[in-house]
Amino acid sequence: MIARNTCIALLLLAGAGQVLAETPAALTSGYAAEAAKSTPGFAPSAQRGQGFVSKDWGVSGKMASCTTCHGANLKADGKHVITGKSIAPLSPAVNPERFTSLAKAEKWFKRNCTEVVGRECTAAEKADFIQFVTRGG
Amino acid sequence: MKLKSLAVLALVFGSAMAHADKLSAPDHPKWKAECGSCHIAFPPQLLTKSDWQQVMGGLDKHFGTNAALDAKDAQEILDYLQRYAGTGSKYSAPSLKISDTPWFTREHREVSARAWSDPAVKSRSNCTACHVNAERGDWSERGIRMPAGLSGERDDD
Repeated sequence: MIARNTCIALLLLAGAGQVLAETPAALTSGYAAEAAKSTPGFAPSAQRGQGFVSKDWGVSGKMASCTTCHGANLKADGKHVITGKSIAPLSPAVNPERFTSLAKAEKWFKRNCTEVVGRECTAAEKADFIQFVTRGG
Repeated sequence: MKLKSLAVLALVFGSAMAHADKLSAPDHPKWKAECGSCHIAFPPQLLTKSDWQQVMGGLDKHFGTNAALDAKDAQEILDYLQRYAGTGSKYSAPSLKISDTPWFTREHREVSARAWSDPAVKSRSNCTACHVNAERGDWSERGIRMPAGLSGERDDD
């Protein structure tokens, strides 16, 4: 009985691990699914993501685009334009911690989109962004 | 018995001294993560309780940047900062910038204007430009390395 309960508990834990797995691909598909609600057939695009990342939004005086702080090479360290602090690379290929927490991704999208884009980003933009950073960065 | 009390006293004083020297406070992962992304997480001792309260109350306009936190995290971090906050006017500045406090100004009086404006330093909030091990809590004089080309910019006395 005890062994059976342990087995069930282990299975439940394993199941929870599956559901909670947060990877760049899982985050991208989550955002893509949300975007598809308003744009049927939406598919994330690394090309659109690239345009988004390098665009000069003309909103923030000091932080014109994503690359202002993250740099043009997403596999290299960036540098905060105001404080000079080094920023770890955005690319999960060299920085496996990136896009492994939805809460963290949401927090930074909210802050940085408000700052650089001048509004919160859409689910479609977030999906494209991660697609580009993961595949094309 | 007397000897034991003396030993305890020595330990207490010893740790208090080390504390002041290293600007150390117990690690707090949330403080380190939330306050240490755009700049390093600045030691709680470097501002007063009241200054930290004002800093944390205005995170949506944090020196020109939106650094807003959810209310629960903000409160938890404020509690930590205030628990180890500095006391007295030398740890306070009307601008709420640590770099404007009398303590900071005095500690950095030997740093030249050229060093401050060097591209490798850029900002007074870029502590690790010279305090290379600051993120690990090492603020000692021995841990200071001036960026290349600036070695002569500071007296070593």
